[in-house]
Formats: sequence, C-alpha cells, structure tokens
Amino acid sequence: MSSDNSLVRFVDIQKSYDGVSLVVKSLNLDVAHGEFLTMLGPSGSGKTTCLMMLAGFEPATHGEIYLKDNPINRVPPHKRGIGMVFQNYALFPHMTVAENLAFPLQVRDMDKSEQKQRVDRALDMVQLGPFGDRRPAQLSGGQQQRVAVARSLVFDPDLVLMDEPLGALDKNLREQMQYEIKHISENLGLTVVYVTHDQSEALTMSNRIAVFDDGIIQQCAPPEVLYEKPENAFCANFIGENNRFLGKVSEDNGDTVKVEIDNNAGTVIAKKVNVGGVGDRSTLSLRPERVTVNPEPGSLPNIFNGVAEELIYLGDHIRTRFTVLGHDDFIVKIPNSANHAQLEEGGTANIGWTAEDCRALDPSD
Amino acid sequence: MATAEAENNEVITTADGVPLKESLKKALWQRKKTALLLVAPLFLFVLITFLIPIFDMLIRSVDNSIAGEQFPGVVVELSDWALDSTELPDEATFQALIQDFKVGAKEKTISRLGRRLNYEKSGMSGLFRKTARKIKKLESPESATAAMIAIDKKWGNIETWRLIKRESGKYSSSYYLAAFDAKKNSDGSFSMKSEEQQVYLNLFWRTIRLSFTITFLTIILGYPIAYLLSTVKTKTSNMLIILVLLPFWTSLLVRTSSWIALLQKEGVINDILVGLGLLGDDNRLAMIHNEAGTVIAMTHILLPFMVLPLFSVMKTIPPSWVRAARSMGATPFTAFVRIYLPNTVAGIGAGGILVFILAIGYYITPALVGGTKGTLISNFIAYHVSTSLNWGLAAALGTILLLLVLALYILYDKVVGINNMKLG
Repeated sequence: MSSDNSLVRFVDIQKSYDGVSLVVKSLNLDVAHGEFLTMLGPSGSGKTTCLMMLAGFEPATHGEIYLKDNPINRVPPHKRGIGMVFQNYALFPHMTVAENLAFPLQVRDMDKSEQKQRVDRALDMVQLGPFGDRRPAQLSGGQQQRVAVARSLVFDPDLVLMDEPLGALDKNLREQMQYEIKHISENLGLTVVYVTHDQSEALTMSNRIAVFDDGIIQQCAPPEVLYEKPENAFCANFIGENNRFLGKVSEDNGDTVKVEIDNNAGTVIAKKVNVGGVGDRSTLSLRPERVTVNPEPGSLPNIFNGVAEELIYLGDHIRTRFTVLGHDDFIVKIPNSANHAQLEEGGTANIGWTAEDCRALDPSD
Repeated sequence: MATAEAENNEVITTADGVPLKESLKKALWQRKKTALLLVAPLFLFVLITFLIPIFDMLIRSVDNSIAGEQFPGVVVELSDWALDSTELPDEATFQALIQDFKVGAKEKTISRLGRRLNYEKSGMSGLFRKTARKIKKLESPESATAAMIAIDKKWGNIETWRLIKRESGKYSSSYYLAAFDAKKNSDGSFSMKSEEQQVYLNLFWRTIRLSFTITFLTIILGYPIAYLLSTVKTKTSNMLIILVLLPFWTSLLVRTSSWIALLQKEGVINDILVGLGLLGDDNRLAMIHNEAGTVIAMTHILLPFMVLPLFSVMKTIPPSWVRAARSMGATPFTAFVRIYLPNTVAGIGAGGILVFILAIGYYITPALVGGTKGTLISNFIAYHVSTSLNWGLAAALGTILLLLVLALYILYDKVVGINNMKLG
C-alpha cells in the first residue's frame, strides 16, 4: 500500500492510559482510498482505542496519524470531517430522525433547502423515507442502525468510522445489515474503518482485515488470505475453525518441515510458514474442511488412523470429531454428498491432508 | 365477513362458562387486595398525621365559630339589625349581651372572642376584659343599654356593633384579607391597608424572589459538580457523592450556626478580607441578618437536592452522544447546548422544583441568619402559631403557600411535563 494512495496513515502510534502498560504498541497502518478496512480482535486488544485516536477522542501517547497526508494529532474532532457510527447508535433522543440527520448540516451552516434535499436523499438511501418525523425511540433497532449510518454519511465525510455498529442487533438482522452497509459503502465508494470482534462480520464486509491482539496487529490482509494463509497461531485460531497440533521441528526441507507431535504421537509434514529451524517448537494449523476421510493410501503425505468420537448431522455437512495423533478434539467437516464416507461413532477411519494445507506456525500455548 | 363479526360480538368465556372479563377481574382483584394491604399502614399514617391536619388548617383559615359559641344570644338578636343602620341595636340585644357576657365571664372564655375581634380592631381585647370584670356586679339593670355604655362607652359606639355583626358569621374571610394586607371596611367593602401597614404581600414576594434566586444559584453551582460526578470513574464518583451528602449528616442547626460564624461582621470572611487589606475595617460587609445571609446559607443547604437529580439524569447520558455531535462537526459549545443540555432538562426541572418547594417553606435557616430583612413567610407562620396565637391567620398564610406551590407545580407540568421529571 503506497502512501500516495492512502487516506489514513498511522505511524508508530503508541497509546497508554495509565502510564504503566501500552494498550497499543507501535501501530503502523495505511488505509487506502475507497477501502473497507476492519479492525478485528478480542476485547481489550486495542482496536477501539485506535478508532478513538483516529476520531480524535483519545490523544495518541506517541506517533502521528495522518489524514490525507496532514498530521491530525492536534486537530479537534469536529474539524477532522470524519463520520462515525457508534456502538449504540448515539442518536439524539430529543430530535426527530430528520433533525438528527440535519444536525451535521446545520452546524455547517448549510442553507435550509440544501439541508432538506440531503436529508431526504440520505433517508431514501437507507429506505427510511417516511420515517423522518419519528423519534429514534419509535424505531426498531435495525431502523435506528440505518439512521445512524445515514447520519454519518449525510455530510459527505472523507472517512467513516464504525465502532461495533451491529453489536446490539439480533443475528438475522445483523447479517442483513452487514450486506446493507457493505453495499452502501461500495456504491458510494466510501473509505470505512470498521471495528468488530465478530470474525464472520469481518470476513463478510471487508477488503482488508487487521487482526489485533495485545496491542499489536497480528496480520493485516484480505479475508481470503487471512483465512487461507494465517501467518501466526493467533490468526489461525481467531479466524474460522482450526485444528491444532503442537510439536517440535525435526527436519527442515525449505518449503516444508517435518514436525514431531508432542508425546511421540507421530510426525506431520507441513508447509513452512512462520517457524524457526530444526529443534524449534511449532503450532500446526489445519482447517477442518481440508481433511480427507479415507483417502487412497499414498495419495497424501499425511495419513493417520483416527477414531470417530462424535458425529453431528448439520444438513449440508457432517461435523465429525476424531481422536487423531493423541488429540481428541480434531474436527473434520464431511460434505453431505452422495458418496461421502459412512462412519459410526466409535468406528475408525483413515484421515489425511496435504502438506500445503497444514501450516507450521509460531508456537503458542 | 358477517360470520367474523358475529364471532367478535360473542362473549368469550373461560372453560367453566364465566365471561373472560369477569374472571380476569376476579384474578386481578386478589392482587389489588394484597397491594392495598401493603399500602394500608402508610396510608393511615399519612392520613392521620398529614392529610387530616392539612384539612384542619384549611378549615381553621376560614373558621369563625367562636362568635356563635361566645355570643349565642347576641348573634341571634343581631340578625335583625342591618349593617348600615345608623342606630344602636335594640334593648333586647343589649340584654343578650349581658347574658352572654355573664356566662362567658364565669367560664373565663369570653376573652377569646375579645382577642379574635382585636385582630380586626385594636382595643377590643381590652374592652372585653374590662367588661368581663365589671359584668359580675351588674344585677338586672333597668336599661341594659345604659348599663353597658356605663361600663364602657365603646358599647355605645356603632362601629363596635358593626364589627360584631360583621364577624358574627360561622365563617369569615378576614384571615385571608389580613394575609393579603387587605381589610374589611365597616360597610363591608374591602380595601388595602396603608403602605406602612402592609406586611404579607411584601413577604410573599420576598419569599418567591429569594426562592427563585436560591434555585437559580443551586443550578449554576450544582450543574458542573453533577457533570463531574457523572463523568469520573464510579469509585471516584461514589466518594464525591459522599462529600456532596456530607452536609446531610451534620445537624441543620450546626450548619446554619457555622454560617453565622463565617459571615457575621466580626466573622471569618470579613476578618480575612480586612486582613488582606481588601476591605476597610469600618467597611465590613453585611452578609448576615439580611437577604444575602438567607440566600448564601440556604443555597448551601439545598445544593444536594439539586446535585442528586442532575447526577442521576446525567449518568444516563452516554458520552457517545456528545462525541457523535463532535464527529459531525459541532464545536464543544454547540455540542453542549444542542445535545447535552436539552437532555438534562429533566434533571434541572426535578432539582429546580425540589429546591424551590423546599426553599419556599424553609424556616430554621432564615430564622437564624435572616434577621428582619431576610425572613420568609414561614417565619411569620411560625410566629402566629407560637407567639401571637393567631392560628386563623397562620392557617390562611399556610394555605396560600400551599396553593402557591400547587400552582407552580401545575405550571411546571404544563411547561416541562411532570413525567419528564427524574428524581433518581
């Protein structure tokens, strides 16, 4: 991401609230024009703090944030021209929906007819045309959410920040709103920085996801890369389902490594991603849908015998828990196809996977 | 369609055929009964100690039964005598007067009527005492009229009789007239008392004015504190709330007295100002025994009643509202005026009405620090209850105060809406 195209640049940002520990440890991140970037991470990982620093509600302890190549550390929030959607919408309860939308235009001294035009357009955009005269309390959660989004866009900000905006909605509505927000941002070519702790939300909406943990960006990549090619054990584990083996590297073959699983359970051939040399510890990560049940002998480099402990019928696939290599939490998703493997609880089967799909990552606890 | 309507009109019943509405009523009545039982002790307590006394006060403010009790005969005889008559009442009236006086003097109750009439016209109390003393020696005189005029020639004055006639009814408006600085003329019309005799109108005006001043000051002083309390961490705000409530744990009398020590001419504040050379020794500020003293001490005492409702309202305002306004381009000032302030109106209203109602009836503090210029209407009510024993006037003043508070309450309801009030 070259800095010419970037709208926002975090440069060496550090943040501490108490002077004892760092909530954000050295953040460097560029957000490109028109990009939908999600900051994903567990609570306390520093993602919301980053958003608040960008919005101007928290000062950075160290480093500089640039917006359109201008340093903004000393620019107060109301002069940054950044739209924001808050966790609980932060609609003003004493104003109608239309008044809420007109507020950012009023403080800009826009003339009345232009205000009305823009408010109407924003309401139409979120399909709330007839609701302008209602109070926020008279709307459902999803409608309030739409108003909050419309309000953050009505003054054409360069950048829109969203702080877990869908957290208060129920599951169905949340999924529906994910698509709506995604479509609005695509249609308007918005630059969005989105904060969430919900990985499926992040995968659905984003161009790029920055995974936060412990005040550090663990990996920043497009969703498919993040899912397919996690660079460390935290990302592999945090995004999507993941089978893990812990072991020690016994042989380094350049692209692949041989890893001896703990307790002498066996040796696995894995892709060398983020691991040291022979003798170092490693976490192996393998997605459940990349496992083959009863492969042709010799067709895969890794084939082991497993015991099917539990079968859960989920319609499109059968979720099966095996005991493999001394681990009893090995999950395999068997597609519900005409010729899928017939298994019974307690039965044994061979299961195998390629070296490519099994990633040798940094050791984790 | 027709069948659907027919079904709608049909009475829905429970399984045993009782109409659903009645069954529901019966089921709910059980719950209501429990609720009533729970409320009953408090209701009785409030009825006996609060509602009945208030009703009694309302009665007392117009009650004039004393005339009928002490002058039973006179009142009957006077019913024929016209108020605008230019002649004294007839002999029969004077005979009744002697009769009533003899009974009243024997039971030593006649002086009460004298005192009552003295509120209307000075000298009446003396007349009654003198007459009561001399009436015992009076043995069936030839002319009752002449005999009474011989005891005191005021009995021959037509104004005395007009007064008795006027105040002979069972109810009297004279206490309310007095409370409004008005009086009844001898012909029954009303007029205002002369300026120098007016007391209560000024006092009501002063009470309202000072109460508004105090309410305003508590808002100005309490708002920032409440804001601070609502924004700091819970641990800190708990400690600060204890500091706000600390005055409640000290006796009201002690707190008020300490203001005397601080504010008086030879007090701490004046001493410091003189010591710093900001004030000449002969120019010491008069901050007590006047309106200033009342305002300062009462603002301090009533401040918590403003801070707590404000705090409870402000706590419900998430910081994201102001932040949202800021992110949309509002300056801190605009965000405060357009977003924060309107959402605290409920707290300002609740605190304001609480402080105002408490201030308008406050007694101890103005009595101690108010001097003559800083006393409020309640001090005069107390004076009439305990010193002058003019309970009727005290009741009338109290009733007016009560109506004043009710009127303001209704006004508040109309303007702000009582449902918007949040007391915490």
